[in-house]
This record gives sequence, structure tokens and C-alpha cells, in this order.
Amino acid sequence: MGRAKLPRKSTVIDMTAMCDVAFLLLSFFILTTKFKPAEAIAVTTPSSVAAKVAPTKDFVLVTITKDGKVFLTIDDEQKRELVANSLNASRNLGINVPAFKKAGFIGSSFAGMNSFLALPEEARVGDKLPGIPCKDSANNELTVWMQVLNEAYAGGKMDLLLKGDNVAKYPAFKSVMQAFKKNEIQKFLMITNPENAPAGSDLWKKSMSGEKQEN
Amino acid sequence: MAELDTSGGGHKKKGPGVKKGKKLSTRVDLTPMVDLGFLLITFFIFTTTMSQPTAMKLILPDDKVNPEDQNKAKESGVLTILMGADNHIYYYEGQLKVDASGNNFKSASYNGENSIRDVIMKKKADVRSRATDPTNPEKDLVIVIKPSEECTYQNVIDILDEMAINVVKKYALVDIGKDEATLVSISDKSAQPPTSN
Repeated sequence: MGRAKLPRKSTVIDMTAMCDVAFLLLSFFILTTKFKPAEAIAVTTPSSVAAKVAPTKDFVLVTITKDGKVFLTIDDEQKRELVANSLNASRNLGINVPAFKKAGFIGSSFAGMNSFLALPEEARVGDKLPGIPCKDSANNELTVWMQVLNEAYAGGKMDLLLKGDNVAKYPAFKSVMQAFKKNEIQKFLMITNPENAPAGSDLWKKSMSGEKQEN
Repeated sequence: MAELDTSGGGHKKKGPGVKKGKKLSTRVDLTPMVDLGFLLITFFIFTTTMSQPTAMKLILPDDKVNPEDQNKAKESGVLTILMGADNHIYYYEGQLKVDASGNNFKSASYNGENSIRDVIMKKKADVRSRATDPTNPEKDLVIVIKPSEECTYQNVIDILDEMAINVVKKYALVDIGKDEATLVSISDKSAQPPTSN
């Protein structure tokens, strides 16, 4: 006599639905992903409770690396051309304008500009570059750059951003601020990572009571 | 697994050597496709930047302003914060007094016990309690921030952040004086190892 046969049920699950969900999620992420441009200069910014989002277009960015080197990035290509031409005219530097327009950022003194522009893109890595000299208050080249930028942006609003590394020492920051002050630039924005207002503080109480955060 | 049934139609061609057209089972197993799908999702999840970097506004005072026009800060409402090397931070209220009778130069920390935030909140409460003008009880509160040559950018940003966290309306970022700088460096050298920031 054979053993009582248990009724077997099929263990096959239809995975079509799972497949659909997977591809829907995938499409969502493909459409919302913005690739960050690979930075030649690695900077770790501090965090702050500031709520305003940093502008992503048509800005002027001054970067201070951990060694205190200063780099300048001008987002708008036309402004770059204006700046290069104006520098060539006023200081007779002979900068290669097309190469300047293409350069992602500027990291050398005026004297070394052409050799900087001659380097291929991959070789312009933050650690090896000299940066814009500004430690010496008598020879703060950033002041000249700011002056030229002020003229290039005359009439319009210049979004000036400062991105400093956590461990950069204060003198580098001070010389950058001197360059701004000499050109009567009073306002600028510092890039930070977002963080919430600590619980219990006055700022937190303000946000809880629904007051609009001005910053 | 999900099935793709492509066995319809049957075979019409008879290859040489094949006696009988065999009906092959053409069930496709879709598990690897689902795996790939999830792998791609995980890749995109990790490379999507959800949080935009934020920007903190800083307004520099105009250097050309006449000294007489500057608001005369009441000594009782002034708190001066000095930042030294290695995440050391010091403060004093009013004018700096370092003499035989005692000194008001004290130290604090960025986080943890005796944090600078507690100091600022205490000073704020102090000024409010002695306020003469009820519509603006914090009128006399002024915080002067003096970073030394050795402190880091993060220190400065943290203190500016504290101004925002504690809603301090009047503060100034100024250069450190020579005496204060020597005092800070002496205290740095003799201080205990600091807690991490």
C-alpha cells in the first residue's frame, strides 16, 4: 500500500510584479540623479544650521584647501573671457584666453598662469598646485582678481561663495576677507553642510514656533 | 518565477538529421533580470545627492566707518570669545582684567560640558535680566569674536554658527590684539589635552 500522498501545491511565485516595481524605482533614481562634477580640489566643509541653499549657477567660488591654498572658480564662461581680456589689457599678462575659458578653476599666480593653463586637465590636482598667492598682504593677488570680477559683474549681482576646508588655518581666511574688504565686497556666502538646529536652543524654539528663518 | 512563454507556433523547419520536431520548453527564468535591476537601483541610490550644500551668509563691517559712528557697546553687555590652537576656546566678559586680584579670562569647549553655547546663553539671560528697554531686551548684547592665528576655519564657522543658533543679533569678527594673542598661546600650551571637536 502506498503512503498517503499529501496534496502538493505549486511553489512557483510570479515575479512579474516585483520586476515592475524594481524598474519603476530604477527609473525614478535615474531621472533624479545629478552627478557631482569630480572635484580636482578635495575640501571638507564644516556643517552649520544655515538654511539657505547655495546657488549652483553663475557664481564665483573661492576655495581654501587644508594647506591654506586659495583657488578661484568662475562659473560663467563669458565672465571668464571678460576677466581674461581685462587682465591682459591692464597687466599685459598675455593669458591664453581660450584655455582660460575652458579651465575649471584657477590655481596659480599671475606669473605662473600660462604654465598652469598648459597643464592637461588631469594634472591640475589641488595638492600639487601653488594656488593664488594671498598670504602676503602686500602681494595679495586675490584683491586684483576680485577687482577685475567686480568690473566684470558691474551692474549685476555677483554671487560670491567661499568654500573652506575644516582644518584650514585662520590666516588664509583672513587674507581672503582682506581681499574682499579692499574691494568693498561686504557680503558673501560660505558653503557648509546642512545640519538641524540643536534641540532646546533659541533658534530651534524659533523654528518650532513657525517663525520664518531669515538667513 | 515569471514566465515568458515563447513556445507558440511550433517548429516548421526540419533540420537535417532531426527526425521529429521536438517541442522545447521555453520558460525563461527572470530572476537574474530582477537582480540586475536591484543592483542598478542600489548604484543610483548611492550616487544621488539628496541634500544640497547650504550657504551661510556673512556680512563684513565697512572699515571706512568713522569710529565715532560705531555704536558704543556697554561694557556689561560685551562677551569676547577668543579661539586658540587645537580647538581651545576662551572668553571674558567686559574688559580683559589679568592682574593680581584675579582674572576673568576663562576657558570653554566647543561641545560637551561647559560649552561655549552655555556661556552665550547665560550671558544672553544675564543681559535680558538687566535690560532697560522692554521692547528690545537684548540691545546691549554684543559678542566680539577674535580668532587667533592658530585656530582653524572650522572653529570660526562653528562660532558664527553659534551666533545663528543662539539668535545673537550683534556680533563682530575682529583681529586679535597682541596681548590677547600672547595670553591665548600661553593658555594653549599649558592647557590639558582638549576634547575632540
